[in-house]
Amino acid sequence: MTENIGTKTVKRSNRFVRWLAQIGDSFVSFFKKIGNFFVGLWQTVRYGNWKTRLSLLIMGFGCFAYGQPLRGALYLLLEIGFVLFMVFTGSYYLSKFGTLGTNLSEPVIDPITGLPTNERTPGDDSLAILLFGGATIMIILVFVFMYVKQLKNAYENQTRSEFNMPIANTKKDLRNMLDKNFHATLLALPTAGIVVGTVIPLVFMILIAFTNYDNEHLTPNNLFTWVGLDNFKHLFDMQGDNALGSTFFKLLGWTLLWAVLSTVTTYIGGMVLAILINKKGVRFKKIYRGFFVITIAVPQFVSLLVVSKFFSTENGLVNQLLTSWGWIDNNIRWLEETNLARFMVVLINMWIGIPYSMLITSGILMNIPEELYESARIDGAGPVKTFFKITLPYMLFVTGPYLLTQFIGNINNFNVIFLLTGGGPTSSDLVAPAGKTDLLITWLYNITVGGSYGDYKTGSVIGILVFIVCAVFSLAVYRNTSAVKNEEDFQ
Amino acid sequence: MRNASALGIKKQKRYRSMKAVKITSLTVIHIILTVMAVIWILPFGYVFIHSFRGNDITIPFPDQIFPTEFSLDAWAKMFGGNPANYADNKFDWINFPRWFGNTLLIACCSCVLTTLMTLATSYAFSRMRFRMRQPYMKLILILGMFPGFLGMIAIYNILRAFGLNEGPLKIIALIFVYSAGAGMGYYVCKGFFDTIPKGLDEAAKLDGANQAQIFFKITLPLSKPIIVYTALTAFMAPWMDFIFVKLICSGNFDYGTVSLGLQAMLETENYNSHWILFCVGATMVAIPITILFMFLQKYYVAGVTGGSVKG
Repeated sequence: MTENIGTKTVKRSNRFVRWLAQIGDSFVSFFKKIGNFFVGLWQTVRYGNWKTRLSLLIMGFGCFAYGQPLRGALYLLLEIGFVLFMVFTGSYYLSKFGTLGTNLSEPVIDPITGLPTNERTPGDDSLAILLFGGATIMIILVFVFMYVKQLKNAYENQTRSEFNMPIANTKKDLRNMLDKNFHATLLALPTAGIVVGTVIPLVFMILIAFTNYDNEHLTPNNLFTWVGLDNFKHLFDMQGDNALGSTFFKLLGWTLLWAVLSTVTTYIGGMVLAILINKKGVRFKKIYRGFFVITIAVPQFVSLLVVSKFFSTENGLVNQLLTSWGWIDNNIRWLEETNLARFMVVLINMWIGIPYSMLITSGILMNIPEELYESARIDGAGPVKTFFKITLPYMLFVTGPYLLTQFIGNINNFNVIFLLTGGGPTSSDLVAPAGKTDLLITWLYNITVGGSYGDYKTGSVIGILVFIVCAVFSLAVYRNTSAVKNEEDFQ
Repeated sequence: MRNASALGIKKQKRYRSMKAVKITSLTVIHIILTVMAVIWILPFGYVFIHSFRGNDITIPFPDQIFPTEFSLDAWAKMFGGNPANYADNKFDWINFPRWFGNTLLIACCSCVLTTLMTLATSYAFSRMRFRMRQPYMKLILILGMFPGFLGMIAIYNILRAFGLNEGPLKIIALIFVYSAGAGMGYYVCKGFFDTIPKGLDEAAKLDGANQAQIFFKITLPLSKPIIVYTALTAFMAPWMDFIFVKLICSGNFDYGTVSLGLQAMLETENYNSHWILFCVGATMVAIPITILFMFLQKYYVAGVTGGSVKG
């Protein structure tokens, strides 16, 4: 045994060293690529003829000159558009990006009465500067990329014409868009959507983590600016008034506990339900399944709102019925007492999640080889033992990735917590508005857009940390599953 | 002889008892399943029945589980359409037919856009080989790990910068919000495309087809289940979302979806007087999606099962 453990540690450390080496390699290759890029650029200028060199100034000239008018026109349009953009808006935002604005807009004073009016003097808008300054930097990067691309294109055309090789004309270009470069055609629109709808907002939110943007620094009354790592320090601060440190770690702990509990309960529950429905001899299989599947079609916010009203303390359906039946004297605080509320959200999440995991598991359950069960039966194993020795390991093996996505999804399970408890009950050992059932994600919502707090700077720090938690789990699981697979290859 | 027959009787007895055990266990399973089905359906049944309630219309939960009087008042109110119909100004912001129409319009547009973009992305990642393929797929995986609405504030400001946060343009803004990230949900669909034999593509290529023709004439006709799955989930999204619509419409119900209105009905100041109306609205939202779902269940199940195994 000891030997075994020993070899394992050696293996682990080897793997770790290899991993470090991989990171090192990727760094080296990254810098090599950058080096090669500049060398290539220099060569283009050095060996290029006048047509290629003119492309340095007029984008797309190398394309016009060698019979690629469409490409040339597009490059030229890009250059004109870029220059106009930079002159009219880009340069303004870029020049202000370092300070996020210094020019505060103030109310215009009425010269007669001497009182402030509704009009304001023109001033800087920190939010717009952050957003469009960031976008401008991205646009510049894209432009540089395209600039180099057209330069290379010009040089390639030059070389090809020197060696009398064919140069792709417009017709060929258009044909390639549907054939060799069809992926570019397909991905153009989705990529634009991802950039505008996800990448830019994300970059913006990450940048906010390094500013002091909150309700007290809202435009147009105030400006905000860069503060470095202050927000991170504030979030991890364990001492002092309003120190967020202990609140953050408590919520992180509950978030992880919740993610584990909710993932496990719905997974096992769904599997048991699927086994029961699919058991030989059970009648009306379709009807039973139909009942559960229908609940998926009902929007989650409807079912959660309804259930939260059922369990509310005052005038809730459940309390009212229990009182009228004489079972209880005082209202039970279903969703307002810490431990009970935590139990209830996990329970109600089972009600929401089990039909879904039943759907997913029942297809896979039917694929488990019948012989396994038969041999278990011959050996005298009961249904419980069969479940833990055959069904569960098989299912875990097949649905590993699904479980991971479920786990990550539950860390970010906004709907259930927000609609049931809103994060409450609040407690004296948590900084308001955090509550005992708050996940990091609902906390983030409540301190930013959800209430009157408007603490965007802390919100985006929390968002970054949630991402790190999710990424760490995903990475760990993926690495281990691939390791498991590799090990199995040797057996 | 005697021994053998005794053994036979014993066997028979054991067989009988086993049969009895089997029957009891099946009965127990049926009971469990029925109880569970009841628990799962009951809240919806309650909401549905109470949408017709005529008694105690100012409190959410009367003492009787079943309504003692029935009326169509709430239904009439919800479908009255014209806000002027309401004598009481407590209800004058309710325009359910309009919300329903908005949601339907948004759902249809974003369904078409999302389906097209998802199919395009999936095909590119599944069948085309290009230099940035692997890095791009990894990038999308990483982007997907950031909490979805972290970027909400930014999206709101982008929309404001383009003037999309006013009047009917809000509908366009919502369509954009629901379909912009379509390319990131390629996993299930790509998994399906991966299972279509590559030999078909190669045969078509030999016959002179280009990639676009292979996509439209070979892959798509073979992908009905996954197209239906993608379209169904995309269609359902606007009915289910309530955060984005709340942020973008910010208190203006005219261009919002049903979820915005239904939520507002349960806010503290409306809760008691609007509960029955909420029941009507909830029923009206659930019915079309449930019907759609029942017809297309097969494809949905195929989609989620396939997606979960491949990962």
